[in-house]
Formats: sequence, C-alpha cells, structure tokens
Amino acid sequence: MAQKITIEPVTRVEGHGKVTIHLDSKMNVQQTRLHIVEFRGFERFVQGRPYWEAPVLVQRLCGICPVSHHLAAAKALDVIVGAGTGKGLTATGEKMRRLMHYGQMFQSHALHFFHLSSPDFLLGYDADPAIRNVVGVAQKFPELATQGVLMRKFGQEVINFTAGKKIHGTGAIPGGINKNLSIEERDFLLKGDDPMNVDKMIEWAGDAVNLFKDYYMQNREFVDNFAHFPSNHLSLVREDGALDFYHGVMRAVDSEGNRVLDDVDYQDYYKHIEEEVKNWSYMKFPYMKHLGKDKGWYRVGPLARLNCCDFIPTPKAQKEFEAFRAHTNGKPNNYCLHTHWARLIELLHSAEVIKELLEDPDLQKDDLVVKGKKGNEGVGLIEAPRGTLFHHYKINDDDQITMANLIVSTTNNNEPMNRSVNMVSKNMMTGKAVITEPMKNAVEVAIRAYDPCLSCATHALGKMPLDIKLYGPDDEELDHYKS
Amino acid sequence: MSEKVKFTIDGKEFEGTKGQFIVDAAAENGVYIPVLCHWKDVTPSGSCRICSVKVNGRFMTACTTPLEDGMEVESETEEIQDIRKAIVEMLFVEGNHFCPACEKSGDCDLQGLGYRYQMMVPRFPYAFERRELDAASPKIFLEKNRCIFCKRCIRMIKDEQGKSYFAFKYRGKDLEISMDKELAKNMSEELAQEAMDICPVGAILRKEVGFAKPIGTRKYDKMPIGSDVESSQK
Ligand code: SF4
Ligand code: FES
Repeated sequence: MAQKITIEPVTRVEGHGKVTIHLDSKMNVQQTRLHIVEFRGFERFVQGRPYWEAPVLVQRLCGICPVSHHLAAAKALDVIVGAGTGKGLTATGEKMRRLMHYGQMFQSHALHFFHLSSPDFLLGYDADPAIRNVVGVAQKFPELATQGVLMRKFGQEVINFTAGKKIHGTGAIPGGINKNLSIEERDFLLKGDDPMNVDKMIEWAGDAVNLFKDYYMQNREFVDNFAHFPSNHLSLVREDGALDFYHGVMRAVDSEGNRVLDDVDYQDYYKHIEEEVKNWSYMKFPYMKHLGKDKGWYRVGPLARLNCCDFIPTPKAQKEFEAFRAHTNGKPNNYCLHTHWARLIELLHSAEVIKELLEDPDLQKDDLVVKGKKGNEGVGLIEAPRGTLFHHYKINDDDQITMANLIVSTTNNNEPMNRSVNMVSKNMMTGKAVITEPMKNAVEVAIRAYDPCLSCATHALGKMPLDIKLYGPDDEELDHYKS
Repeated sequence: MSEKVKFTIDGKEFEGTKGQFIVDAAAENGVYIPVLCHWKDVTPSGSCRICSVKVNGRFMTACTTPLEDGMEVESETEEIQDIRKAIVEMLFVEGNHFCPACEKSGDCDLQGLGYRYQMMVPRFPYAFERRELDAASPKIFLEKNRCIFCKRCIRMIKDEQGKSYFAFKYRGKDLEISMDKELAKNMSEELAQEAMDICPVGAILRKEVGFAKPIGTRKYDKMPIGSDVESSQK
C-alpha cells in the first residue's frame, strides 16, 4: 500500500558533514567520525509505482548527477523488459545513453574542478577561506573561471539534447531511449562557434590536466602526504579492461594491485557486496563479502576507476593515464589528493568520447528501443562522477515495483571518507583541546577529495557546511565549530 | 436547419449556431474557454466547473449552456479568471499530483491550466488523501491519486455492448475511479491508448509506454493549452 512520506528539504540530499572527534585522557585522538545525513526514503517511495517511472522518479534523489540515477535505473529496467545489458540495446539506444552519460561526467567533473577544488590549488590550501572560493578564482584567474563555466554549459547541452532537458530529463526508457540526435543538435556540439564546440572542450580539458600537474610539481610533498592510505578500489571496467563509465563488469583491486574481485557480472552484485549498518550513522558501510568488514571496504570514484582499469580507450587521456600509472610504478595509486588528477584525466577522456560519439552516424538512426522476455528483477550499475552507483529493482506481475535497493557512490565511499577524516584529525589534532583553523581546512579538503556532493563539498557558496565537535575522555564537549 | 445567432464574449460580437454549446461557439470564433470534463463527442456532464462564464450576468457552465440569440457572455474578467484559478488549485490539493515524475507531464490538461492561470502556491490546504493504485489490469495502470472525477472515461470508454470499463466507487470524499476487472482483461491496446488520451490528467496510464514521447514533442511543450483555439482567432 502506498505510504505518505513527508520529506523535509534538508534530508532530501546527502547533506551536512558533521564530524565528531573523541580524545582520550592523554589528549590523543581516539576516534573521528564523519556523519552524513543520507536520505534513503526513495527506496520506500518507489514501492508500488509503475516500474517505467523509476528512471524519472529516482533521479530526483540528486540535483547534481541526476543523469547517473536516471541511467542506472534505466539499465536495471532493461534487464526487466528483457533487453539485457550493454549490447542488448540497439546501437542508437546504447550510444545516445552513453552520450548523455559522458556529457554528465564532463559537466560534473568540470564543475567540481573549477568551482570546488581549483580554489585550493590556485589560491593555496591555507589561503583565507574568504577568498578561497570560486569568486576568488574568478578575480585572480578570470579566463580559467570562464572556461569552467563554459565547459559545464557544454556538458549540459549534451544532456539537453539526449534527455530533453538540462536537468531531470526523460531520455532513457526501459529498453532504450526516446529520441535520437538530430543533425542540428550534432553540429551544434561538433562545430559550434568558438569556443562552444567539442574540440575546444578537449583542448581545455587537456589544459586542466596540465594545471594540476604543474601544481603538483610544486607541492608534491603536501599532495602525497595528505590523508594517504592503502585501500581496495572498485569500479566497472569494460570487458577488455578499458575504462568505461557506462557499462562493464565489476572489478576490484587491493592496494597492491591484486584483483580481489575479478570482472564479475553486476547482476550478482549482492553475492559480492554487503552493507553494514552502524548505530551512529544513517549511511551504510558497504564491503566485499568474501574479504569481510575489516578488509573488504573499498574506494570508488575517479581514483578507483583509474586503479582498476587497464587502459583508457581514447588517445589523449591514455597518454595522461600512462603518466599517472608510471607515477606509482603501475601499482594502484592510494594518494587521496591524486583523486583530483584522476578526475581531470577523466574529464579529458569524456570530451574525447563525446567527440567520437558525435561523429558516429548511429546516433541519427531511428531504431530506439528493444524489448524481450519480461522478468521480475534487474540490476543496473553505472560509474557516476563520484563512483559506482548500484540500482536494484524487483517488480510484481502487475508491473509495480516491490523492492528497490540503491547504493550510491557516497555510500560506497563512506569508510574511506571516514578514514581520511580520521587520519587528518590524528595528524593535526592530537594534544590539542581546540579546533584550529588548519584542522578545519584539512577536514574540508579531505572530504572534498571524494566530492560527496555539492551541499557537502561546496566552495561555490563560500563555505562548506561543516560542523565539528571535539569531545574529551569523559564525553564532555571541549570545542564546537560550525560554519 | 441551423439558425445563426449573434452573441458577445467580453463585449466582442460573434456569430454562432443557435443551440450549440457556448464553449464550442466560442472556440469556433477563436475564443478559448477552458474545459476539463467536457469532451466533444459525448453528452456534457458539467461537473468540473472550469468552464464557468457569466451569461447575462449569471454564472453558467459554458459546456452545458446552449447558445441563444443576444447572449452576453463574460469569460476573461478578473473575477472569472480567479474562480478558474481557484478550481485548478482545488483540484491540485484534492488529489496527489506530483508533476515531476508523471508521464502525462506536458500532455496534461490540469497542468496546462495551472500554467495558464499561473498557479504558484494553492490557496487551499492539501488534503493528502490516500488512494490505492490499481495495477491489476493488463493494459492500464490506474493512478487514482490523480483522478479529477471528470467522468470522461466513464462516458466514453465502452465495449461493443455499451458497457463502461470505468466506474466510480464509494461516495463523497471517498469517491474513487475504478475499473471493471473482467472487462479490463480483454481491453485492446487501441482502447487503452484512447483512454489514456482522453483522461485530462495522468490517472489512466497505458502500461509500459511511459516517457516514450521526448520532451519538446509533448502536447503543450510548444503550444500552451488553449493557444490552438486562440491562434485561429478571426
Ligand atoms: S480517470 Fe481520468 S478520465 Fe476518468 S474520471 Fe478520472 S480524471 Fe476523468
Ligand atoms: S468543462 Fe464545463 S463543467 Fe467541466
């Protein structure tokens, strides 16, 4: 039976970063926890709804990467309507969705880099928070800020042409897509007036990678030592091991590069992934079953993806990937802040893929949807900008959703985010009974590397909504900082 | 034979056929009077009141009032506009309408009127009625939360013997649209599509076709509701 659920606006998104730090009697940091208010009501919300509504309904979960939810749900429903996964769709169906997704990846990564993390690089991690934001960047580096805005806009146009709207569109439907790409739309993106065309986007994305590398050369020690810890890494990879954001098999490697999940079919994800509930957090803690809770947790996102894949199937990004890999002698890269580097390589790759797709005549064909023998259950996985996203649905014979399980990227990164924050606070807090300015900055930087979501990671609006509480050995509150 | 008569709407003079409904006479002259329950091919039911106009100073429903010579009709006055807006608002609060995830969005008359009358926040409190979904029919998904009780489906969607597929159940505030389970089993795809098309909201949904129409090609994406009638204004 349908249930009415009232949703308070603040709980609708993965919201504030609340951090609690506990000191022991010697004033050593004993434990640090990051509490993220995560809204899981959608899983209830969709029960009873017609299954074809899921891609449109569930994308409302997120205002930042709705396309990922839209597509993950559609992919799960492809299985239900008997279209299968991956190549089961028509060429036009699959490629239009890919274009939508890479457009999303491009705009999200551009937003993250230029609006959220570039203030740290360009103005310095220790700069006054009053200027260390996108406005500060715009004042000091106006050209770069403009590029950021236009790159985001370009990505949104790609989404607009594939989903019908820049945000919360409807393009993907069970078994395919509801439109193809017209010649005018294609040419707008391919040959638009300077600078709004894909070649310029590739050029700018390449510049952004270099910007990070320059910064890194000058700040190597800081970048490498910041919240660096070994972990497992999990992502989808194409069947031949290539980086793929839209479809593939599940792979995980450990911190040394050994495969701990060997290219398994994601329809069986629940055989491999378990979610642990902890009494102090609304957000679950996923881990790989066969490795157990303590050893099985993993990172997802740009860093994890570049650690899992064997190569990148576009030339410019592949060149950057080789340099990235060489840096750690081919072993997985466990440096938290190198996530930014990985993200920019992905930005470049996305632009290259968009160009390839735009040049593909399949996008103008009319064969949009396939359906086959209907089933009752389907799983859809996708690499969202922030990492692997799981959607799992069951339906009854009347076409109503009876079960939905979503594991969002930020949930997948729950444990690593907690570890990062813990490391940072251990390094900077021990022996102190007050929350210092560098400590606040460091916590922010650590969380932001995972790009948990705008409301958490935002620089754009000036401050990150952060709430840090420091407790003494008897649970007495020693200090409280709230931005 | 059809007798021609003269009448005015908001002071402008028009010509129509005696006995035709005001709403149709207006439309022929390029004047849009909104309708929700009215449908050209069936006997009007006059139940939604959205077509309210003043005829010679008295409130009437334009979909049920036959045209007579010399009628003075008021339609776009501030008073009537506000009444229509209030009706739209009432319909919104009385059901559970969540446009962002509704497949009828862009094709929905109620939503179209919401835009036309620039409804922002309804002046009435939400009722939050709880209504069951009926998914048991193989072709139709009945989203009772969105039904505005226009009776179009009851009046129009019938089998060869003239039996209605749809009916009202319960009374008063418990009133609900329902489907005849036995009849529904053999409903054709065409009839299911017709039912979905005549429903002015997203209460009758043909199964498994949702969102197949891309944004930009839906009924009211380019031509807001009423603009087809208005663009034919002489
Ligand atoms: S289901 Fe649709 S057509 Fe039938 S009464 Fe309700 S609103 Fe009118
Ligand atoms: S359209 Fe006239 S009363 Fe409904």
